[in-house]
Amino acid sequence: MTRKYELVYVVSPDATDAQVADLHTQVEQIAQRLGGKIDKTDNWGRRKLAYEIGPHKEGTYVLETIDGGGELMKEIDRRLKVSDLIIRHLIVRIDEDQTKIERTRTKRTDASRRRRVARGLPPDRQPGEGQRSDMEEDERFDMTEVER
Amino acid sequence: MNGKRGFGGGGGGRGKAGGQGGQQGKDGQRRPMFRRRKVCKFCSDKIDDINYKDTKLLMPFVPERAKILPRRISGTCAMHQRKLRTAIMRARQLALIPYTAE
Repeated sequence: MTRKYELVYVVSPDATDAQVADLHTQVEQIAQRLGGKIDKTDNWGRRKLAYEIGPHKEGTYVLETIDGGGELMKEIDRRLKVSDLIIRHLIVRIDEDQTKIERTRTKRTDASRRRRVARGLPPDRQPGEGQRSDMEEDERFDMTEVER
Repeated sequence: MNGKRGFGGGGGGRGKAGGQGGQQGKDGQRRPMFRRRKVCKFCSDKIDDINYKDTKLLMPFVPERAKILPRRISGTCAMHQRKLRTAIMRARQLALIPYTAE
């Protein structure tokens, strides 16, 4: 059974673009070798770190979505730990969460559709319907104390 | 005076009018307080996915000191607070959100 993982790694700001690309191909090669594949790659570019990690104040963030097994991720994890250029990395399994989110979402839309049909309305919301869609600020969340 | 229940003041600079809710009037008489009922932001906005990459969503829950805002103040429901916590902790590992404010 194939699983889905998300890998984010922070590359040292000293690294050149070629080096970043090289890291990506390294990950890809490991994935291919162990029967996985990279679904998506997203380079967030250079970002300021929220705190200093050693001498670094910035980092290049790269996000990869990987299909594969646990063994593959173990290997990638090991390789990233060894690498000098990578200052942080995080691997998260996402397939279970995704299905869960999908389920709640479909459940909610189905329920709202059912309610709408029961009220004799078309199942989907028409444009221009609803009052809260264009509300910018969230009034219920300002924690204001109201005195009467 | 407002120390014990300083909701507006301590809530991470988000409270609109922090000091406005004085408990005691000039005559020293206690007036009943009415607080707006807090609602879970994620339930009401129907945000299913609390993702560690979404710093914009998480930042309001880590005010000044960068501590996680407790449920008692934000009004987040238990389920979403748990998810929020993991998301914040993951984001912290990647230096997207600070552990502490210096």
